[in-house]
Amino acid sequence: MSRVVRIAANTFREAVRDRVLYNLIAFALLLSGAAILVGQISVGIERLVVVNLGLTAVSLFGVVIAIFIGIGLVSKEMEKRTLYTVLSRPVRRWEFIVGKFLGLTGTLFVNTFFMAIGVFAALLYVSHKFQSSDAWILVALFFIVLQFLILCALALLFSSFSSPLLSAVFAFSLFVIGSFAEDLRGFARMSRGLAQGLATTAAYLVPNFSALNVIGQVAHEQPISAHLIAYNTAYALAYSAMAICGAVLIFERRNLK
Amino acid sequence: MVAIETINLEKTYAVGFWRKKPRVALRPLNLTVEEGEVFGFLGPNGAGKTTTLKLLMGLVIPTGGTARILGKNIDEAEIKAQIGFLPEQPYFYDYLTAKELLEYYAQLSGVEPKERTRKIEAMLERVGLKDAARVQLRKFSKGMLQRVGLAQAILHDPKVIFLDEPMSGLDPMGRREVRDLIEELKQQGKTVFFSTHILSDAEALCDRVAVIHQGELRGVGHVAELTSSVAGKVELIWNGSAVPDGFSALGAECHMSGETIRAVVPEVQQEAALEILRRERLRLNSLTPVRSSLEEYYVQKVSLAAKPAGAAR
Ligand SMILES: Nc1ncnc2c1ncn2[C@@H]1O[C@H](COP(=O)(O)OP(=O)(O)O)[C@@H](O)[C@H]1O
Ligand SMILES: [Mg+2]
Repeated sequence: MSRVVRIAANTFREAVRDRVLYNLIAFALLLSGAAILVGQISVGIERLVVVNLGLTAVSLFGVVIAIFIGIGLVSKEMEKRTLYTVLSRPVRRWEFIVGKFLGLTGTLFVNTFFMAIGVFAALLYVSHKFQSSDAWILVALFFIVLQFLILCALALLFSSFSSPLLSAVFAFSLFVIGSFAEDLRGFARMSRGLAQGLATTAAYLVPNFSALNVIGQVAHEQPISAHLIAYNTAYALAYSAMAICGAVLIFERRNLK
Repeated sequence: MVAIETINLEKTYAVGFWRKKPRVALRPLNLTVEEGEVFGFLGPNGAGKTTTLKLLMGLVIPTGGTARILGKNIDEAEIKAQIGFLPEQPYFYDYLTAKELLEYYAQLSGVEPKERTRKIEAMLERVGLKDAARVQLRKFSKGMLQRVGLAQAILHDPKVIFLDEPMSGLDPMGRREVRDLIEELKQQGKTVFFSTHILSDAEALCDRVAVIHQGELRGVGHVAELTSSVAGKVELIWNGSAVPDGFSALGAECHMSGETIRAVVPEVQQEAALEILRRERLRLNSLTPVRSSLEEYYVQKVSLAAKPAGAAR
């Protein structure tokens, strides 16, 4: 276990030294610009706009990081052969994969934490006070982190058998398709025959990012049910665990070039 | 005790994008290396040396056969705490400093936290990187990376050390240092298995060598034993106006430039050749072995045609 933690910590260190967290600067600029603008022009909907825009930006920035770093996590180490001197130590291949995964999700968690502070600061700036419904923003942020978990796992899985470019395309497509997962499921219910079987399988196979997106709801100060929180947590953990297992199974059988 | 043992270890890669063709990288290899030996693994480029080392390290998966290190199967992760490995042209995390890299590797190898700092300091000193300990590896030259590579290979005090082409790409001083290091490791009772195509290094260092070519083991044994089976050649240089009679009968290759005559004769004919020169009252300038006999042995083994494909199966 300690080896997994070491690998995760080193992955985090790599991300920091490769200046991944610099995206926070862009985020801060974007958000403060928007907050100032919104504070000047809109009447009564400042909150709505700031929450919507802020959380969407948190999500998109993170998605880009999750995919682009995720696909390189293992493939870059194979390419550069830095893996040789790691795997010739008492490190099992699954430990390496899991450590890499935890390192990147840890990075994203820290990144999201700082962005969340930014969102709340912007919120305070435009509405001058917090209200109890703001707590739902935390739930939305939690769901966003769950999305990152799934995306990192998928990026890892794809990169374990295809090229980085294809992996990025796959992961992005799945993110987009998965954001419409509920609509797909609705479609599937309406079709019939063989098409229904296929559509249903496809609709349930793609990660359900739409259930994990509650930005609209929290922007409108609607509460999130405890049931959804429990369901989404279990779903995201199970989904990423399966993707990681797949990645491990493939990676265990690979020859390092 | 046996340090390294391969049992019919073999590897065939599938190459090509669509219709995969098999490419034999290593034919079934049976090799035993005793504990405490310095073992040289010789062969030209593409012979299968790196493949063998990668198989032993568990980096590629064998098509057939197995290998054991210190009596344990190589897929047992625990045994790797006893192994050190220097890859060919090593490359490391370039965002780390030398010290950080060694710290990370010491942790992964399970070096006691108490001993870590002391061992790392000592190791950096030993490979001559003390002053560069806090420099990021992206700023390291090739030779310095090789030193880091050696440091990480022996940092955790392993019993068996695998080095893939440890001297290639180094300047003469660097090569000398690597040789000294291998000698030192031998003094400490370590087993060292290294691949090389530099024969003089192997001859100077190894207890035993194996010659591999086209994925096939061509010969293995003590350096002295192997070389006794092949005759070396000697070069004689003297001043004279013509090659004396009788030299061609000795199988000599002669070359004249000005007043200097150079003749290369088989080692066994050395006495006969000297006798001719004495008889002719010619003064010998020099007498030197042309090529080491290990080189002769190697050339002989490597220039043999490969066995027909499948013969080894
Ligand atoms: N990943 C790989 N895929 C396909 N063929 C390979 C691969 N690695 C090595 N080979 C082939 O295996 C043979 C042996 O290579 P290698 O072990 O690297 O030789 P050496 O280290 O002795 O120079 C070569 O013919 C090489 O082309
Ligand atoms: Mg090689």
